[in-house]
Amino acid sequence: MPAHHPMTSDQGLSADALFTLRRRPTSEKLLDLGFRQLTLTLASLVAIVLLAILFTVFQGAREAMASFGLRFLVTSAWDPVNEQYGAFVAIYGTLVSSILSLAIAVPLGVGTAIFITEDLIPSRLRELIGLMVELLAAIPSVVLGLWAIFVMEPAIRPTLELLHQLLGWTPFFASTPQGPGMAPAILILVVMVLPIITAISRDALNQVPIELRQGAYGVGTTRWGAIFAVILPAAISSIIGGVMLALGRAMGETMAVTMIIGNSLNFDLSLLAPGNTIASMLANQFGEADGIQVSALMYAALILMLLTFTVNVLAQWVVRRLSLKY
Amino acid sequence: MTSSLSQQRSSSTTKGSSDICMSLQNVSISYGNFEAVRNVFLDIPDGRVTAFIGPSGCGKSTVLRALNRMNDLIPGCHLKGQVLFDGQDLYHPRIDPVEVRRRIGMVFQKPNPFPKTIYENIAFGARINGYRGDMDELVERSLRKAAVWDECKDKLQHSGLALSGGQQQRLCIARAIATEPEVILMDEPCSALDPISTLKIEETMHELKRNYTIIIVTHNMQQAVRVADMTAFFNAEAVEGGSGKVGYLVEYSETEEIFNAPAQQSTQDYVSGRFG
Amino acid sequence: MTLSNIQPANNANTDTSLFDRRPLSFDPSLRRNRLNGLLTFISGVFATLAVLPLVLVLVYVLVQGGRLISLRLFTELPPAPGLEGGGFGNAMLGTVLVTLIAALIAIPVGVAGGVYLSEYAGKSWFGQVVSFGNDVLAGVPSIISGVFVYGLIVASRVFFGQSYSAMAGGIALSVLMLPTVIKTTNEGLKLVPNELRLGAYGVGASRYVTITQVVLPAALTPISTGAVLAIARAAGETAPLIFTALFSAFWPEGIFNPIATMSVLIFNFAIMPYPAQNELAWAASFVLVMMILAANLLARWLSRLSKI
Repeated sequence: MPAHHPMTSDQGLSADALFTLRRRPTSEKLLDLGFRQLTLTLASLVAIVLLAILFTVFQGAREAMASFGLRFLVTSAWDPVNEQYGAFVAIYGTLVSSILSLAIAVPLGVGTAIFITEDLIPSRLRELIGLMVELLAAIPSVVLGLWAIFVMEPAIRPTLELLHQLLGWTPFFASTPQGPGMAPAILILVVMVLPIITAISRDALNQVPIELRQGAYGVGTTRWGAIFAVILPAAISSIIGGVMLALGRAMGETMAVTMIIGNSLNFDLSLLAPGNTIASMLANQFGEADGIQVSALMYAALILMLLTFTVNVLAQWVVRRLSLKY
Repeated sequence: MTSSLSQQRSSSTTKGSSDICMSLQNVSISYGNFEAVRNVFLDIPDGRVTAFIGPSGCGKSTVLRALNRMNDLIPGCHLKGQVLFDGQDLYHPRIDPVEVRRRIGMVFQKPNPFPKTIYENIAFGARINGYRGDMDELVERSLRKAAVWDECKDKLQHSGLALSGGQQQRLCIARAIATEPEVILMDEPCSALDPISTLKIEETMHELKRNYTIIIVTHNMQQAVRVADMTAFFNAEAVEGGSGKVGYLVEYSETEEIFNAPAQQSTQDYVSGRFG
Repeated sequence: MTLSNIQPANNANTDTSLFDRRPLSFDPSLRRNRLNGLLTFISGVFATLAVLPLVLVLVYVLVQGGRLISLRLFTELPPAPGLEGGGFGNAMLGTVLVTLIAALIAIPVGVAGGVYLSEYAGKSWFGQVVSFGNDVLAGVPSIISGVFVYGLIVASRVFFGQSYSAMAGGIALSVLMLPTVIKTTNEGLKLVPNELRLGAYGVGASRYVTITQVVLPAALTPISTGAVLAIARAAGETAPLIFTALFSAFWPEGIFNPIATMSVLIFNFAIMPYPAQNELAWAASFVLVMMILAANLLARWLSRLSKI
């Protein structure tokens, strides 16, 4: 190493030679730069993977897109023998199962979040409930599916039969429940999205400043008056964002739904009849498909991606745009 | 003023309640195992401004929040003794804290308008208090009383959060008076504000005391002199065996007395700026 | 001066009559108090309903699965359909292997990505793109990651002409882990006080030294918490594996061959019409749930430790 290097040494020239690194050696600078480039490259892998997913799925779907066009979205034929494919049953099932499960899970999740944030019960119990809901999120989907097949579905069947007897005159409960079907799939989805909604709502409620609560109580509201008039409105954007994330999750949820929905390829309005979703169709058929069926499945996967992408981006937009500045 | 503290206590506690708005009888407040303030005897006169002053950690805000049971919201907070208002002990188990807060309003240290429109900020409290009159008129009257009408009248449908800090605080005062409470508690209402906003709020207080009993916590002694009729000086002392300090009431009298001829040496030290 | 000199103020609240004024005492028959009680009750019922599935799932997994646990489960291969006995030793090994592959890919990449986002990107457009892309990737359904790896690796046979393989399964899982690791690393690094960085710069440390020797160690607990959670989640994933790692009835034959995993075993055996296979699915669920709950509790314990 040269003793004198006018380009890099502007300090400590005369200083003791004990500090040998007072002039930064080129190797250190290279290391600095290299590390930065390394992290940058690995960070951009996220974008690359995302684009690669889109590209792979799109590429795979092209053949089916050319053959079936937009008809794919609205026809319900799924006929490997004649090579005719339409994903309407699966798209309909994806939307119905996710939206109906959200309709049940949102009140439950937000109600639970209120129950464990608003000082209604001792803090020990609150933490315990919070912990249990978080652990519920950790249980693998496939285990919930197993439980749904052997425990939940037999347990709820009498109730579903009662629904059929009472509401059988409507098309939505027209068929007799015979095991796997849309209704148990919706219920298992409720179990799966509940922790997301509860956790995000709980965080949102906890972030409402104490001053706002005090202000509400200070003008003489009751506890629930404060919750409905002040606390929930202040937290609503995060809660809606969480609900949208949960919707995205419900749409893409695969294993538990596949195991309990019945995987029917025929359209049926009845919630008690077997149904299908895009994700469960993929799980069921992808391994054994070939030829244009693979392409049709890729096309369905592309639709699922676009659906979840839209919902997730909307979720982020809601959180950013609608968030109140309190 | 020569009477000692103990004489004052006995004289005030034996008085009839006709001119006394609120009365604290041997009040001690603790958070969990930590005692924040102990053995406070205090009679707050009707239709006056009473200031609580003292160094930080002396428990003055704690005492204030005890007056409309705001401390209920703090887990582990516990009060011993009695807080009398309207002839009743506010901490009796049968008392409804919601009713208490409807009659004893509060303005907080940090302006905390609801994330609603200015109009709704005022109307909300009135509505839940069962207001049956003309809401538009009430909103205008409350905002006028709080001296913020001119700034707000053209943007009643805008968010209350769009106002400046001082305006927000006066909106919060308007919100408190819109429910026509009998007492308004103010917890360092100007601590987050600039001097001009502070002055405006003090003017507002002078207006308000014609109709309301006001109790204000302030760490600004000039403010106490400017707005208060009565002043209570709190201090904190280390307790034996305890880890923290416990607050207590040193002296309570007319503001003039407290600042010009206090009975206690520690009051003298505090108001002359020798500590705290 | 005593209080007797104080005159009562003209407390002329002319319009108090327009408000409801009730005694201060609590009146349980009031509409608002009844409503309050009702709503509290309802939210309590909701919370119970939310916790109920966890309790029921745990009880069934513990009872149904726990009673079947024996040593042979861990040492034997799964039985052929219709036969009794056997175990899932190969699937246990496979889950460990596939998850390990996923972790070895996702954790270094994710930590580096998180470091870039937190330490270098600032508010640059590229940082925002990566951040946004990460959020989108986190929302991609797990089955799509399987479809992706199927198209990229399985169908194209890039690994020595092999189609389904443990490697493909691990890569599919790593796609799912990556966003979690990046996010927790980024958030963990943001918790590190800036004074620490300035202190390191102040003694003349380079950016690289500051990050690797000061900032990263300070954020070790949140980062490892995130990594543990990501691993626990990946270990239970099934959808990305069913047509990447596939399944195998035999002991693992290296990472470029199909491999059995616990989650795929549960899926395959749950939908079989044979009680022996169903029982193995329950027992495997017991083992898997125990492993995942333990990892979650470990992560919680880790995060308790971190008080930066």
